[in-house]
Amino acid sequence: MTLDQNTFLAIVAMAAATVLTRVAGLVLIRFVAIGPQQKRALEAIPPAVLMAVIAPTALVTGPAETLATVATAIAATRLPLLAAVSIGVFVVAVGRAAVGA
Amino acid sequence: MKRAEKLEEFAGGMKAMAPLTVAVMPIGLVFGAVAASKGLSSLEVLLMSALVFAGGSQFVAMDIWKHPASWGALAFSALLVNIRHVLMSASIGTKMPAFSGPAKYAAMLLLADEIWAMAELRAERTRLTPAWYAGLAIPFYCVWVLASLAGSIVGALLGDPNVVGLDFAFPAVFTVLVMGFWKGRETGAVLAASALAAVLAHQLLPGAWYIAAGAAAGVVATLLTGRRREVCA
Repeated sequence: MTLDQNTFLAIVAMAAATVLTRVAGLVLIRFVAIGPQQKRALEAIPPAVLMAVIAPTALVTGPAETLATVATAIAATRLPLLAAVSIGVFVVAVGRAAVGA
Repeated sequence: MKRAEKLEEFAGGMKAMAPLTVAVMPIGLVFGAVAASKGLSSLEVLLMSALVFAGGSQFVAMDIWKHPASWGALAFSALLVNIRHVLMSASIGTKMPAFSGPAKYAAMLLLADEIWAMAELRAERTRLTPAWYAGLAIPFYCVWVLASLAGSIVGALLGDPNVVGLDFAFPAVFTVLVMGFWKGRETGAVLAASALAAVLAHQLLPGAWYIAAGAAAGVVATLLTGRRREVCA
């Protein structure tokens, strides 16, 4: 168990940057009045952020990933979370084996 | 709220989060293994997962890791990858009337993507309480930290997670959660704009700008469709 000084400094700096982003939103909404326009923008944030996170994997990584994302989305309309995710993981594994990637 | 009610709420949050808490185990193991292969000791892996607690930025940090570690570059990269948290905490912050001021800030320290998304879903349906949020966040946090520690110790034994598709677990979780936020055509416009901007930024820009680009495009899309409807009406 060693602790390098530079590594420790880097970890603390990363943690500080992350905490900053996590509390900044709270500070922001204290100073910005929430009207109808701001409310609409806030409501769009959850789907917009989640879509942005998955878009490169879903659309430009490979056919197996695209197929698995579609399968997961369809499964999500009628199955609980864990079942839909299992289907996605299964489809991606089979798909990758099929395309040899 | 009585003690028994609090416990019930805590258990409810823990139960809702259970599939994700299980799914984060292999991801944590992989993170620990990758970090060990970059020369981090188990203590350093433990500290990073416990203090940073943001998987995406931790993996990106391993991508650009050098010895000796350059704190400026790593902090900037973490800032960029996690800039989406500003939007996330602004959004969930408006849905926490049951939280005291300090409790709100404490809750934000554990605002990882998965925790935030489940809290948003809960707030759509019912009142989000501190006890429910704690049940959501604390077990997930502990599993992430312990799994990365375990990964750093047994790392070399793990092999390649891509073969069995486990790396797809989190994109799949996020896909399911996106479907939960579907509210009709307007959501479609937000998703299309976000996906397009994210893919373009991903192809053209280095690093994690694509998440900020997609999020911004989605918000702009909702404001534009809102304005158009006002004009038509």
